[in-house]
This record gives sequence, structure tokens and C-alpha cells, in this order.
Amino acid sequence: MEKKDIIQSFKDSLFTGLIALALFGPIVGLRTASKGEGLFITPQWGIVFLLVGLCVLGRFLINLNSARKTEITFFSNFTSKFSAITEDKAKHFAITAILFAVVFPFLPFTDRYFMDVAIMILTYIMLGWGLNIVVGLAGLLDLGYVAFYAVGAYSYALIATTFGWSFWICLPLAGVFAGFFGILLGFPVLRLRGDYLAIVTLGFGEIIRIILINWYEVTNGPDGITGIPRPSFFGLPFKRSPDEGETSFHLFFNLEYSTMHRIIFLYYLILVLALITNYFTLKIRKLPVGRAWEALREDEIACKSLGVNPTNTKLTAFAIGAMFGGFAGSFFATRQAFISPESFTFIESAIIVAIVVLGGMGSQTGVVLASIFLIGITEMFRDLEQYRMIAFGGAMVLIMVFKPKGILANRKPTILMHGDKK
Amino acid sequence: MLKISNVETFYGKIQALRGVDLDVNDGEIVSLIGSNGAGKSTLLMTISGVNKAKRGNIVFNGENIENQQPHKIVDMGICQVPEGRRIFSRLTVEENLRLGAHANEKGKYFINDIKEVYDLFPVLSDRKTQRGGTLSGGEQQMLAIGRALMSKPKVLLLDEPSLGIAPKLVNQIFVSIKNINKEKNVTIFLVEQNAKKALELADRAYVLVNGKVTIKGSGQELLKNKDIQAAYLEGGAKN
Repeated sequence: MEKKDIIQSFKDSLFTGLIALALFGPIVGLRTASKGEGLFITPQWGIVFLLVGLCVLGRFLINLNSARKTEITFFSNFTSKFSAITEDKAKHFAITAILFAVVFPFLPFTDRYFMDVAIMILTYIMLGWGLNIVVGLAGLLDLGYVAFYAVGAYSYALIATTFGWSFWICLPLAGVFAGFFGILLGFPVLRLRGDYLAIVTLGFGEIIRIILINWYEVTNGPDGITGIPRPSFFGLPFKRSPDEGETSFHLFFNLEYSTMHRIIFLYYLILVLALITNYFTLKIRKLPVGRAWEALREDEIACKSLGVNPTNTKLTAFAIGAMFGGFAGSFFATRQAFISPESFTFIESAIIVAIVVLGGMGSQTGVVLASIFLIGITEMFRDLEQYRMIAFGGAMVLIMVFKPKGILANRKPTILMHGDKK
Repeated sequence: MLKISNVETFYGKIQALRGVDLDVNDGEIVSLIGSNGAGKSTLLMTISGVNKAKRGNIVFNGENIENQQPHKIVDMGICQVPEGRRIFSRLTVEENLRLGAHANEKGKYFINDIKEVYDLFPVLSDRKTQRGGTLSGGEQQMLAIGRALMSKPKVLLLDEPSLGIAPKLVNQIFVSIKNINKEKNVTIFLVEQNAKKALELADRAYVLVNGKVTIKGSGQELLKNKDIQAAYLEGGAKN
């Protein structure tokens, strides 16, 4: 390596150090502590210099590495393994993953905690797949997807608590309501694209949340809705001692009562819901409407000149994406038995968008990997409390640096070779 | 067949078309030449309904279409090959073609239409599972034309099919355009900067200057016209 390069890298890392100093100085360096009356600032410059030093050193090493034109081997191995999953191996991977998901509740190491994390990951996978229709296929950046999740959850909660209807009636109704809200959002944003669309959808998400907080008579405001009925196993409730004239799940199947029954049932419920979302998306991609979504993502003017109706195409994308968000929402409501507007903040939308984008826009398998990676990592660090979000951010940065187009960036064609019989 | 009278189109306050009169008869190849910014593409977009005419009429087979939605216009039988090809680059060749059939994908017969396109442009058949963006410029132009043909148009609007394409392929594409016109009985309205080629091909032609038609006549007449030679042939295309 030439001397010039080293000097250049050194300068660059010093600059990095300056930025690090500007950031860490106030954030870490000035610690406020309350002593007796009022707050006092305790400086901790030692830690700051340690952090800045680490940044300078890290940057310098990365620079040296890239100057030598060698990749960081560990990560490139790691990522090339991911790209190897594409195309032909994807099918095997999917089948293995589904089989694993099916037997997961009965594996010896699976306990209550694992099940809860798995249910959470599956919920995000379903939301990711639902949003993938809007963002990945139709190319409409929706930053307010959580609104449909909320509409689904609240519709379910309100219908179930008011009319006492069963989960299986409320679920499709919640989906329909959410789909209706999808169209409601779709109309005003038909002409918008890119950043402008993102801003309006973001606003829409906030509007829904604020309505939920303030419409006290209906939504019970910030107190939320309690006592949402738990789902029953096709009419058999999961209760230790059923009401008179009722049989509960464990009595019917002659099992010892365990709270795990309900958890396992919820797990399979969300697994099936998620797989339906996936199946639907894979099928609709091959139909004219699905292909029109993808075409719209590529080029709107070309679409118009070919006779694709952009209005209908966008509205169906919004409606169907929202519908699946609504299904996931009603699942969330029935699992938690309690919902409040706090569960539907912007960060949820951001996480779902992150899953779709980092998974590789439009890639169904990518959504699964990104959900496991992002939600799993965040969960693994749960014991470290406030460092969890650092892990989340770190995971995002890692994907962006090493897989800038998403974990699985390859788009799978909807039509394979056919009609070669000329 | 297609009659455009006194059409004016605006982009905001800027007037792009200043009363265009023009007609295209059944089975013809009609060319429209003009320099950059004359309003050629705007005229095609106005016919397609992507841009709306502020004044004037566009009549297609006796029906006024100036206020129709673009997809309705494609349904009626006018399809445009937009400038710069606008291939769906992440979709495969075959997916691109099927999207062209969007307006009439009712039933199975589009398989036959796809075959016809492959017969017309055999190179597309070799590349049917390739992504549109990986094709060369000329191949993309063929794909764009094939894609538009999938909607079974009566009139095909072509916007600068020679743009950014190797001269050898330009010849091939112009031959194909002629074939589409003669064999498939599709009326062609061609907008071109390559005036020589466009006039040679055309039955009739128009010259558009500053949003207005200034000269019209048969292709041969216009080729011999002194003004056109000076403005579009000698200076521009030297081949």
C-alpha cells in the first residue's frame, strides 16, 4: 500500500472522529444527575474519548481494508450464503421453514417464552407480507400501515365485545373494515408518488391513532378496550372450568388443563393466517392485477399507455394490503385481550417497513428472514433493556451495509418457460 | 379514422400544442416530424389521454375521445409505444408482453398473440425469461412495440422508435413497422426526429413546428420539399 493511501485513510478517520465527538460529546459526555434539589451536569469525558477513539480506529481499519481492495471476508461469506438461498433453493428453504414452523411447538426446548417470541415474529411476518403487496409489489411507500393493523384490532375488539360474535365471524369483518380504510386512504393519494405519498400515509397512520385516543365514547380513549374474548377452538373455549352447559378444549380432548393449549392454538392460528397471506400474494402475482401492480411500480406512464387503469390498480393494492393488516390486527386483539392506542404508534409502521425493505422489496422469503433477524435480535437483547434498540439499529445498519438491496433482492419471475413446443 | 382538430394542450400555463389539425386514415402510415420541443410527444400523449386537451376535438371512428381515460382509449384500439421505450425493467420479457394484453386479457387467446409477437421479433423469443432491463436498446424497442401490439390496436402510435438505437437495428425496426402495417393491418402514426427514415416510410406526413402543423403532404413530396430538406434533412440526419 502506498504512503498516500495511509495518509488519506488517516485523515478520513480523523474526520470520523470529529463527527463522533460532536455526537457523543453532548449525548454521552454530559450526564445529568439529580442531587438534592435540581439537576447537575456531571461530565464523563473519559467514556467519550474511549468511544471516539474506537470510532477513529474502526474507521481507519475499514479504510485500510478497502484500500487493499479486499472484502471483509467474514461478512462476505455470511452474505454470499444468503444470496445462495435465492431462486432454486428458495423452494426447499420455504418447505423446510414451514415444516419447522409446524413442529416448532412440540420441540423439546420450546417453552412459553419461545412460543411468545415465535407468535410475535409470525405476526410481523404476516404484517410484512401484507405490506409487501403495497410497498414491494405496487411500489407505493406506505408509512402508515399500522393504521390498518389498528383498524383491524379495534373492529375486532368492538364487534366482539358489543355483539359477542365469535372470532371466526369477526375476523373477516375486521379485514373488510381495514380494506375499506385502505380505499379511504387510497383515494386522496392516487396522484402522489414517492416522498409525498410517504408523508401522507404517515399522517394517515397518526390520524387513526389520534382518533382512537380522542373518540372516547367508542374507543374508550387511552384506556383501551379490555375483556376482548379469547378465541375458541371451533366453539371449545380454553378454560380451566367451563361455564355451565359448555365443554372446554381440555375436557373435550381429555387432556390435562394447560395454558399452553391456548398459546399453541394462537401460534397455529397466526401461522395459518400468515401462510394464507403468502399463498394469496404468490397467486395474485401471476394474475393480471398482480402483474399490473408490479408494472405500476416500474413505470406509471407506460402502464397508462398500455391500458392499465392506475386508479383501480392502486386502490386494489391498498385495499388488499390493508385487509391483511386488519386480519393481523384482529389476531393481535384476540391474543392480547386488551388493546390501546399505545400499541399502534409510528414505530410499528417503521418496523414493518424496515422488514419489507431490508428483506428485499417484493421478496416473500426476504420478509421472513428480516422478521426473524430484526425481531429475534431485539428479543435476544431483551435482558439488556435499553440496549435493545441499539441492537435493532445495528441489525438494520448491518443489512444496509452488506445487502443494500435487501437480504433477498432477486425478483422471481411469475412465468417460467412455457410453450417451448414450437 | 382518427381525426384531430384544433387541439390545444397545456403544461400548467405553458402551451405545448397550439391548435393541431391532423388526420390519419385507415391502413395508412402517417409520420409526424419536427424538432425537439415542437410538441410531437405531447400530441401522442394527448391522443392517448395521458395529457388532456384543453381545447379541440379528437375523434376516433366517429367517437369523441378527448375526455376519455387512457385505459378506455386503449380498449377502443389506440395504443402507444411511448418515447424511451419504458420497458418494465425488472419484469421478464414475457411478463412485459402479457402486460400489454392487460386491456384484453380475457380468455386464453393471448398465448397466440404472444406467439405472433415472437414471430415478428424472434430475438424476443430467445429472451423471454430474461429481465426487460437486460435487453439492448434495439431489443427493448422491439419489446415495447410487441407489448403494444398485445392490446390488438387498430392504430399504433409510435414515439421515436429510433431513439438511441444502433443504425442497423433502426432499419430492422422500420421494416417491422412496415410489416405490422401491411400484414397485420394496423394503422401507424409515427413520430420521429429521424426525418429521412420517417418520410421514406410514410404514406403521408406532417411537420410540427412550435405546436402547430406547418406543412403536410405525401411522404415523397415532403422529402423533396426544399424547406424540409434545409431544416430537417441536410442539417439533421446526414445519412
